[in-house]
Amino acid sequence: MIYLDNAATTRPCEAAINAAADNMRNNFGNASSLHKAGIEAERVIKDAKKAILDRLGLEGELFFTSGATESNNTAIFGAAGAYRHNGRKIVTTAMEHPSVSAAADRLCENGYEAVRLAPKDYDNFEQAVIDAVDENTLLVSVMWVNNETGFVTDVGKIYGGVKRKNPKTLVHVDAVQGFCKLPSKGLKADYISLSAHKIHGIKGMGALYAAKGVRFAPLLYGGGQQKNLRSGTEPVDLIAGFAAAVRAYPDCTAHFAALNERLCDALSEMDNVAINSYNNSKNILNFSVRGVRSEIMLHFLEESGIYVSSGSACSRGKTSHVLSAFGVSDSDADSAIRASFSPETTPEEIDALADGIRRGIERFRR
Amino acid sequence: MVKYGEIALKGLNKNTFEDMLVKNIRRRLRAAGEFEYSRRQSTIFVRPINADADIDLAIKKLKCIFGIAAIQRSAVLPTDWEQVVTLGLPYLEEPLSAARTFKVEAKRSDKSYPLRTPDIQRELGAAILSAYPHLTVDVHNPDVTVILEIRDGNAYLNAERIMGQGGMPVGSSGNALLLLSGGIDSPVAAYMMAKRGLNVDAIHFQSPPYTSERALLKVEELCEKLTPYCGDIRFYCVPFTEIQEALRDNCPEEYFTVIMRRLMMKIANIICEKHDYKALITGESVGQVASQTLMALACTDKASDVPVFRPVIGMDKKEIIEIARRIDTFETSILPYEDCCTVFTPKHPRTRPVLADVIAAEERFDFSELIAKAVEGITYKDFRS
Repeated sequence: MIYLDNAATTRPCEAAINAAADNMRNNFGNASSLHKAGIEAERVIKDAKKAILDRLGLEGELFFTSGATESNNTAIFGAAGAYRHNGRKIVTTAMEHPSVSAAADRLCENGYEAVRLAPKDYDNFEQAVIDAVDENTLLVSVMWVNNETGFVTDVGKIYGGVKRKNPKTLVHVDAVQGFCKLPSKGLKADYISLSAHKIHGIKGMGALYAAKGVRFAPLLYGGGQQKNLRSGTEPVDLIAGFAAAVRAYPDCTAHFAALNERLCDALSEMDNVAINSYNNSKNILNFSVRGVRSEIMLHFLEESGIYVSSGSACSRGKTSHVLSAFGVSDSDADSAIRASFSPETTPEEIDALADGIRRGIERFRR
Repeated sequence: MVKYGEIALKGLNKNTFEDMLVKNIRRRLRAAGEFEYSRRQSTIFVRPINADADIDLAIKKLKCIFGIAAIQRSAVLPTDWEQVVTLGLPYLEEPLSAARTFKVEAKRSDKSYPLRTPDIQRELGAAILSAYPHLTVDVHNPDVTVILEIRDGNAYLNAERIMGQGGMPVGSSGNALLLLSGGIDSPVAAYMMAKRGLNVDAIHFQSPPYTSERALLKVEELCEKLTPYCGDIRFYCVPFTEIQEALRDNCPEEYFTVIMRRLMMKIANIICEKHDYKALITGESVGQVASQTLMALACTDKASDVPVFRPVIGMDKKEIIEIARRIDTFETSILPYEDCCTVFTPKHPRTRPVLADVIAAEERFDFSELIAKAVEGITYKDFRS
């Protein structure tokens, strides 16, 4: 199979599987237990935190969650819960993942106001985000790398600008698609969301970074694990897998750039294929094969063993409103395909994709 | 105390129907355990052979079997009155302790029985009242009706009379083929015709890559959901892609849908001939969508030599949905996976097509080869009840 849907999920790497399996076999204690089995389990957690914080180049707190959805929800509801008096306004974007936008919707039902900026409307998107912050702004939530087009936002710039404007405003960065795929050191934010299964870890695992001194109200109540902020027995096996995946993920800057260029070149030779991605991280490319509906092209490519995505995997069957935030027309969104690469993707696989698209155009375009 | 748990069925008359019904019941109750069957006086007795039988499951399955008017879950007691009372009252504990009012109905087919029917009712009523003092008698609208039947050397006592599906045993009216689309209507059509005793198998047209594997899985799931009512279903899946593409490439757009439906009818007719189905069944209704206007239906109908039954044709969508919910196909039907009926929808369909025009449009391309090829490529799957 030629798997080019790595923005949806990735195959767990051997290191992650081995770390998890080894932990399951030999270190299955409950990290809260007083005896040695517990201590050993706790050690794995500590080690994993270090691995992730090292990759981020940050010092602060790291909490393990069930995935990025929980991390995003925690950041947003957690900030609202812990900093009630900082304001009732959220500044966010029109390109966020549903786990951010739906959480913001929920806050709006309860008296908050959310401003959602679309990249297509601004030449300097980061400045627009900063400009939208005022004394009533509780939180800014921005995605570092967009999952549908790969659009990269300079979140460091936003952090600096926001803090200058209103030091009490918190900054949350959804780093799910960018972590490890772009150089991740020195990502500045109050909250950062991460996901294991996007970087060859195992599904069901994510993390939330909170900068020193930054609090949040917990979503889960119970045994008081993770400083009473994320109750629930820690899934040490998945945590071990996460750490292994983070350590194993190589620097792919040049690799992704080359693949991206190769695909773009091939697509530019084809008639009526529009590239929707701009200012994007090179591991994601979104393009529209005009005249052929996404799902049809997707199933057709599938017949040749090539797996890509049409729209985001979470919104099965529905047209993406995120694409319209980038100025993509409805008809282009209807024919949009997203290809996303991994460290293992080869140039030959890109060629196969391009060839598949050519054949698809021949077969289906009227 | 050991309950035997025996179910008495009522309401059937003819031997052949009984034979068919017993055959169907045997088949469907396989999963619930081992039972022995006997019949007397329009009643089928289903008796578990050992304690491994799952009576609740058996009743659940019986409630879906066509041809059954009512199901009674009864204890089999000796006719000696004292024993009827001593063994019978505890058997009634569950339904009676939850009730506030009751009445007793008795039937006595053994005319030599010492007690007369009104005496039985009075005595049993009194016994119940003293054992369950919280109850009162209400002969008009009781919570529970206790039924005691003295017949065939036994006393059958039960407190629960469950309504059956009615209808006639599946298979007693012949074999028909359903055009199953995955929408809300066709599964309901299957249910309604199986209720009249037809043995229903299903044919489905898929067009990969225009239609996804999920759409096919959804249709297969509908077959699964229909088996409790329709019995075993043979599922024919027709590869329709080439035909749809040829249609799109050669025929005028406004006739796409009606020609497609005609071609489906033709293929279904071939299967009817090959496998001896005497009728087709569809979920077509009048006035719902552009392809189902009176004139469009008439054009589609002409493509079939075999009679086409359209049981939901006179029903409102609301009524159809009610049935779909009852038979648990609605949630599956509304899952949003495209079937090929919607794949090449024309922007401006001809809503009042004239048959001559449709045939002329259809004849722009000779579909016979592709039809033969599609029939050749049919795959089968059997869904067991």
